[in-house]
Formats: sequence, structure tokens, C-alpha cells
Amino acid sequence: MLLEIKNLHANVEGTEILKGINLKVNAGEVHAIMGPNGSGKSTLASVLAGKEEYEVTQGEVLYNGKNLLELSTEDRAREGVFLAFQYPVEIPGVSNTNLLKTAVNEIRKYRGEEELDSMDFLSLLKEKSKLVELDSKFLSRAVNEGFSGGEKKRNEIFQMAVLNPTLAILDETDSGLDIDALRIVANGVNKLKTKENATIVVTHYQRLLDYIIPDYVHVLYKGKIVKSGGKELAIELEEKGYDWVKSDKAEAVV
Amino acid sequence: MSTTETQKIEELANKEYKFGFVTDIEADTIPKGLNENVIRQLSAKKQEPEWMTEWRLKAYRHWLTMEEPKWPNVKYPPVDYQDISYYSAPKRKPALKSLDEVDPELLDTYKKLGISLDEQKMLAGVAVDAVFDSVSVATTFKSKLNEMGIIFCSFSEAVREHPELVKKYLGSVVPYTDNYYATLNSAVFSDGSFVYIPKGVRCPMELSTYFRINAANTGQFERTLIIADDNAYVSYLEGCTAPMRDENQLHAAVVELVALENSQIKYSTVQNWYPGDKDGKGGIYNFVTKRGACRGTNSKISWTQVETGSAITWKYPSCILQGDNSIGEFYSVAVTNNMQQADTGTKMIHLGKNTRSTIVSKGISAGRSNNSYRGLVKIGKKAEGARNFSQCDSLLLGDKCGAHTFPYLEINNPTAQVEHEATTSKIGEDQIFYLNQRGISTEDAVSLIVNGYCKEVFKELPMEFAVEAQKLLSISLEGSVG
Repeated sequence: MLLEIKNLHANVEGTEILKGINLKVNAGEVHAIMGPNGSGKSTLASVLAGKEEYEVTQGEVLYNGKNLLELSTEDRAREGVFLAFQYPVEIPGVSNTNLLKTAVNEIRKYRGEEELDSMDFLSLLKEKSKLVELDSKFLSRAVNEGFSGGEKKRNEIFQMAVLNPTLAILDETDSGLDIDALRIVANGVNKLKTKENATIVVTHYQRLLDYIIPDYVHVLYKGKIVKSGGKELAIELEEKGYDWVKSDKAEAVV
Repeated sequence: MSTTETQKIEELANKEYKFGFVTDIEADTIPKGLNENVIRQLSAKKQEPEWMTEWRLKAYRHWLTMEEPKWPNVKYPPVDYQDISYYSAPKRKPALKSLDEVDPELLDTYKKLGISLDEQKMLAGVAVDAVFDSVSVATTFKSKLNEMGIIFCSFSEAVREHPELVKKYLGSVVPYTDNYYATLNSAVFSDGSFVYIPKGVRCPMELSTYFRINAANTGQFERTLIIADDNAYVSYLEGCTAPMRDENQLHAAVVELVALENSQIKYSTVQNWYPGDKDGKGGIYNFVTKRGACRGTNSKISWTQVETGSAITWKYPSCILQGDNSIGEFYSVAVTNNMQQADTGTKMIHLGKNTRSTIVSKGISAGRSNNSYRGLVKIGKKAEGARNFSQCDSLLLGDKCGAHTFPYLEINNPTAQVEHEATTSKIGEDQIFYLNQRGISTEDAVSLIVNGYCKEVFKELPMEFAVEAQKLLSISLEGSVG
């Protein structure tokens, strides 16, 4: 088992947002987490990545057998957890290449591997930028500065490709994307899929799941997973809307 | 001076002799206090000609009529000018036997800066081996420069060897009446650098005080004069990224630059004087007057500074754009942490036609520090077509520090174009979280963000200096976030 979340409760500024999440993810699987606005989807993604404002009050998260919640944000990343941000942050004056070179080498150091030299690193960047059809001029541009919404999201998947995570969490990666950009991003994610890694796709709409086919779909509502199923659950949701889940909440599958 | 200290110095003097150093060590120091007699003695000890002594005295008499400026946005207890010794013969700092005796914290910083062992020893005041590289390097440099007619020597040497040049240009940019600290400096300056680049000569290397023999201990009242004659070019580096400690708390230096027709002077500074401890105790007051005159048409002066040290920095490297089409530039990164205070900026005085100036100032405040940008752009009546662009950015780390901007504009010609942009930002927790999530530690994340913010200034520094400046910045801000 790659990831096991047991009865996870978390607060933001004293308000409980996650109220007992249970989830198991195996290597090689794609899980979609859906739910209406405010159900706690992004909170779950942030708690897994280690954002400080979120206080875990109860429960446990095991990742590769390790207690994930005990690790710092950077160590989680070095252990292979990657979060594609809903709102990627701009860092003026810091080039994409510089950020990624620092990141790749920090991760390699943590794993006791040698740092990549500049030549090897640049060829890695070139190879991965093709995956998301990213123009090489983006490599020297400052991180996300002046990028369009679509470019930012593509840049997230590009970073994911370079860092090659074991567990990728995509937080509303489809929001703000036109249909072409959506296809490119989804293609990138699909190409990165292996038997050793897993992806959690957090989304509001079913649209992305036409391109990234999930093995499991979970519906989050008021801080709990109230329904789980196969990919057909996403389609059912799309037809019936979230009201269906809300009224059906009593049958929650845990 | 206690007997043990005296013994130590004597021991050291003997030791140096043994190793073949020829350093003129005089044991005498003029007693504390300042009066005309002290200045005469000082000048006599330096074997200065009469005109130099008179110039010092004129400055001193003027200084007596002046008051210490109160307008800078800095606070410090009053300085007792009678409690300073204005002359002490060049002496070596009491040496330690090995690096084991040096403050481990200081050594740690040297290591992070990647300073070689020999340099570490020199900086920390440890006796060095008989063969010391930079001395021989400096000698080689000097003969090469001589061939080209370039004069690069200590200020005292210039007064003796090139009096006609010193007489002509000393005080021509910063007159002895200029301001309280510059006037004090004019009266009591200890030593410094003198550079003259003859007509049509492009200085083939970066000139650095570091390579000037006997540059150590130029003292607290340093005086520098750089002249680029017609069609000449020079790039000058001042300072050192390694933390500099000094027993003298008050430092009041003067730097004068003169650029004649079609000439260019590039002056880069990395200032890392001891800022004091976490509570600001023991730090250096750095009250500096730096000014360049673009006298000739098409001349250019660029100031680039990275200011990370000192308890208090009061400094406005300026350009007087007299020649038509002349250009003035100011690129600055000023970092304050803990209790440091900085009031720094520039003055661009446009007098000639079509003169242009660019100001890029990046302030970074952390801890409980205060960082002010103060800048003047003045366009004279005759400065047809003058243009200025100013950009003043402030970056705050944490919520106990301050950033202030005081821009002054005086425009007396309607054809002038003056643009001013200012921003204040904080290092966002979201930026740090983003970088953490990519596997980068908080310390490295802050360093990446800050270096990105300073990029426009760093790219103006000579390559090697830029790399050192980046490291220095990270070290200066260590522990300021998280």
C-alpha cells in the first residue's frame, strides 16, 4: 500500500474541515476525489502536502509505511509526494530552470544520490518539456510570472514530470483550462503513469476524468468521503448533480 | 595599552621580521582628541606637503561650525569625537597562532563563503605563512598597470608622488565643506586608494583594494579618488564579502570619481562591516559620502552596491551629470537584519543636455531592522531632454521590520522625463510553501526568492563578485524566517 489515510480530522483556524477521512491508494492506481465547493477537497490535498495552517487533530496517514504527518513539507516532497497547485505561485526573478535544478538536487541529496551536472540536467528538462508541449523559452522565464492560467497549470505538470513523484496530487488542475490545454495536461499526466506511482486527482467537474481515467472515484462532502465507486460514479454524479449525494448522505461508504 | 597587549604586538613584530615581512611598524599613536595640533601632527607623521596640511586645517575649521545631521531615519547614541584617536601607525592586528583560536562562528561564515584557508587566516588576523599569494599577485598586477600608465596606489603615496593630480581633483567633487562627515574626513582622513587612468586607456582588469599592497588597516577615515581621463575605462571593486571586524565604531569615508570625455567608471561595492550582535551592540556606523562627476560629454558613472553589514549605514552614492549626454546609474541592494538600520539611496543631478540616469534600489528588511531608501532626482534648468527612471522596491521578511521610501524630485526643465516606480512586498508563506513542496528547505527557499528579487542589481556586478554576493545575502538572512 502506497498511501493509507485513517480517520483524518483537520482544522483551519479552529474550524473543523476534515471530519474523518479514510482512503487507501495502491501503487499504479488513479483516484479521483470529487465534491461540491467547500467540501474539503483542497484542504485534504494541502494537509497531505504539509501546509502549516492546517492542524491535524486526529487520525493517521501512512505513506510507504512511514508516518507522513511527522515529516516536514520538504521531506514529504523528497519522499516523492508532489502537489500540483490549484493556484501556482509566482516567484519573480527565479527561473524555472533554477527552481527545478535546486529541487532535483535537493531530492537527490536526500536520497543519497549524486547531484546532476548541468548538461544532464538540461537534457532532462528538454525531454520532459516535450511531454507537456512547453516551449523551451519557459525554462528561462521566472516561475509563473506573467504566465497565463493555462501556462501555469502546464508548468505544474512539467515540474511533476521533472521531479517524477511516487504520489502526485493534482488540485483542481483542470480549473481555468480551455479544452486544448486540458488535453495537453491530461496527456502529460497519463504518460507519467507507471505501476510504481499513483495519482490523486482532485476536481470539481467530471470533464477532466474524460481524459484521465480514474480507477476509483470518491465523493467528499462536508469533510467526509460519502461515496466511493468506479469511474462510472463520476458520470452518475455529472448527471444527477451533487444534490443527489447530499440527500443520499446517510448511505456513506467508508 | 596593557603590557600583555604590547608584548603580543612586539612578539608579532619580531615574528613577522623573521618571516621577512618589511612592514614599517611604529608603536606610536596620537592621543585621543581632535584639535589643530593633532591634525598638524597627523599630517607631519604622514610626511605630507604643506598644501595638504593646510587643506586639512581648512576642513577642520569648517567642521567646527557644522552640526551633525539629524535628518536620516536612523537612531544612535551621540558620538564623542574627542574620544577617538585620529592617528595610529599602520599596525597589524594582534595575531592568533592558528585558526583554532578564531571564533568558530566566524570560521563557519568563511567556509560558507568558500574562502581559502590562507585568506581565512588573513581576514581573521592569524599569522600567515611567509609566502602569501596575493602579495605576489599584486606586484605582478602593478608592473602591468605601470606599463599602461595607470596609477593605482595608496592615497598617501599619491600625495607624495603625484601631487599635481591630487591637488587638481581632491575636493573637486566632494568639497571639504560638503557635509559633517565628509568635512571631518577631509580634516583627518587616514588613507585610501588613488586611481588615474590616462587618456584612451582601458584598464584591463578590475581594480580592487584587495590587491593593493598594504591596504589593510586604512582606518576609519578612508579617502578614495578615481579619475578616468578622456576615453578611459575602469572598473573598481571595493570591499570584501567576508565579515570585517574593526575596533573603530565610526567610519566616515569619502569617495570621489571624476569621469572626463567619453570615459566610464564602474564602481562596485560589497560592504559587510560587522553589524553588531543580535541586539545591535558593537556594530559599525558607516557614514559615507560617495559622489561622481560626469564632467565630460558622453561620460558614464555606474554605482553598484550590495550593503549587508554595519549597524548603521548612511550612504548616497551620487552622480553629477555635467557633460552633455552623460549617464549616471545606481544599482543597490541593501539588506538589514536584527537591529540594523540603513538610510541609503542616491542623488542624480542632471545639469547637461540629454543626460540620463537609472536608479534600481532593492531594500530587504528582516528581524527588527529598518531600511530606508532616500533619493533625489534633480533636473537643472539647462538640462534639455534629461531622462530618469527610478525603481525602488522593498521586501519585508517578517512583521517586525520596516521599509521606508523617501523620493525627492526637483524638476526645473519642462522637457525632462522622470519616471518613478515603487513596490513593497513580503516574502509570502505561499511562496515558501510552494518551494518546500518542491523539496527545497525554507532557508534555501528564502535565499532563492531574495536572490531572484535582487537579480537586476546582481547582474551589474562583475561575475565573481555576483556569486559571492548571492552567498553573502543568504548568510545575512540566515534564521530570519521560520
